[in-house]
Amino acid sequence: MEVIAKRPESLTDLQFTYCPGCTHGISHRLIAEAMDELEMRNMMMGVAPVGCSVFAYKFFDCDMAEAAHGRAPALATGMKRARPDMHVFTYQGDGDLAAIGTAEIIHAANRGEHITVFFVNNAIYGMTGGQMAPTTLPGMKTTTSPYGRDEKDIGYPIKVCELLDSLDSPYFIERVSLLSPQDILKAKKVVKKALRYNKEERGFTFVEFVSTCPTNWGMDAKDAINWAKENMLPNFTVKNFRDKAKEEGGE
Amino acid sequence: MSEKVLMKGNEAVAEAALRAGCRLYFAYPITPQSELIEYMAKMMSKVDGTFVQAESEVAAINMVYGASGCGKRVMTSSSSPGISLKMEGISYIAGANLPAVIVNVQRGGPGLGDIQPAQGDYFQATKGGGHGDYKTIVVAPSTVQEFADMADLAFELADKYRNPVMILSDGLLGQMMEPVEFKKPKTDEEMKKLDEQHFDWCIHPNEDEPNHHHHEINSLEIDPNVLEQHVTKLGEKYDKIEKNEKRHEEYNISDDNEVVLVAFGTAARIAKSAIDELKAEGTSVGLIRPITVWPYPYEAISKALHEKVKKVVVCELNLGQMIEDVKLAVNGTLPVEFLGKVGGILFTPEEVKAKILEK
Repeated sequence: MEVIAKRPESLTDLQFTYCPGCTHGISHRLIAEAMDELEMRNMMMGVAPVGCSVFAYKFFDCDMAEAAHGRAPALATGMKRARPDMHVFTYQGDGDLAAIGTAEIIHAANRGEHITVFFVNNAIYGMTGGQMAPTTLPGMKTTTSPYGRDEKDIGYPIKVCELLDSLDSPYFIERVSLLSPQDILKAKKVVKKALRYNKEERGFTFVEFVSTCPTNWGMDAKDAINWAKENMLPNFTVKNFRDKAKEEGGE
Repeated sequence: MSEKVLMKGNEAVAEAALRAGCRLYFAYPITPQSELIEYMAKMMSKVDGTFVQAESEVAAINMVYGASGCGKRVMTSSSSPGISLKMEGISYIAGANLPAVIVNVQRGGPGLGDIQPAQGDYFQATKGGGHGDYKTIVVAPSTVQEFADMADLAFELADKYRNPVMILSDGLLGQMMEPVEFKKPKTDEEMKKLDEQHFDWCIHPNEDEPNHHHHEINSLEIDPNVLEQHVTKLGEKYDKIEKNEKRHEEYNISDDNEVVLVAFGTAARIAKSAIDELKAEGTSVGLIRPITVWPYPYEAISKALHEKVKKVVVCELNLGQMIEDVKLAVNGTLPVEFLGKVGGILFTPEEVKAKILEK
């Protein structure tokens, strides 16, 4: 019998701990498939964050480290500097990367560390039970913004790709969506491109996934996807912000 | 370099760390340790090493965590307020069973305090400091030579036990110049051996091990039963360190001692001057200088309490921190008196003498 679909080798056989309808499983799979296709697994070190994807270090079947809240880019810096012959990625959520780890991501990007950062944006803290994230949308109700995020009081959602795009050093910055099969296929290409640039030691690469959190948004999976299309995408524009390969004329 | 060179403590410990095989250093500038980061900035590239000025103390210690996980000798340094920020990372490094060397050039506190020498971080350094059950091995130099020698010792202990080691110095030792003699730098072969001895636990390319794709660097054990085993094992490691690694210096300890002094680091230097003067005047005073302040040499103190000893005096550049450990060692058998100075001010030998002679 011909095998036409299987688990990527870069994922372990552990069952994911993610809720039904959550997009973490998809982004994990895209990264693992790209690692397989680029034959990077034997030379890859990943850094897991704190948050729902805290167990990413168990799910990716390559060398993995588990960082403290927000510190993944600092760990990745230490790892890449210690082993420049290896390839390093971090996998971080919005609370981890855009709140407690803001300094670490900005400075790792600004140093142009040769790492890839995968950023999962679902506008909420999932693991801790649905608190307001730095990317929570104006008016959005969470357990710590029970009357809706008041942007006059607590500010507007932080747009991380736009923020990093103000820096000169990053090599590649792109925001993708995981909200439809077509989007996922496009996202796969972007993930693979970022990891290929990583393999080719081109510089700092960053991919943001516009994602969902059905559990903490209080919706079923389908409604969460529809809500994200209507509300997340207008705030978080899916596009390529930076691709220095184009400037270099090599792509 | 076998001849002696005149150097500041901050520079001497940096040079000694390079010679001990430290090829990665991450730090953030803070007074009074700036000469250390500056020395590393200047010298690291000359040994094909990595120097990164981090965006924060927190980032610096987490870079150390990452590099250490790759099995490399790695160091960071700071002064008191910066060490507080590093406590998060030190706890993770301890939890993940990783080696690392952290230099604290202590200054006056609490808060921003001042930039003069102090010993106010004793509790933080020796009793944990960060969250959770863990211990940092802490060595306390009292001369620039010893400060330099401790770089080598710290890396050896860190590797031996896969545990963070802190060199607890202060602004005086960091800033003062004294003659230093350095050990020979590690050879390429020795450096390769260092890498190999880390190979079984660090994360590294897997091409050599086709069937082993998954090394983990981690302090998370979500299952309480597994965490219990993990922390129990850490405890067993700390027991072993307590058994094997206590170090102290005895100065003028004898059966004739009327008073036994206990002091570490810079305070011990001053105490020695007082002891010399009293000796000339006919009063016998001994000094126990803990070199490791964790593990603490309790037995060395209790052994020094001969029949003639009337009291124990503890001298520290703080409000009284190590005195608690001395009291544990003395265990109520003798009065334990305290001489302290705070605010970054040193006591004089005369003040130490007066305290010793006080009835």
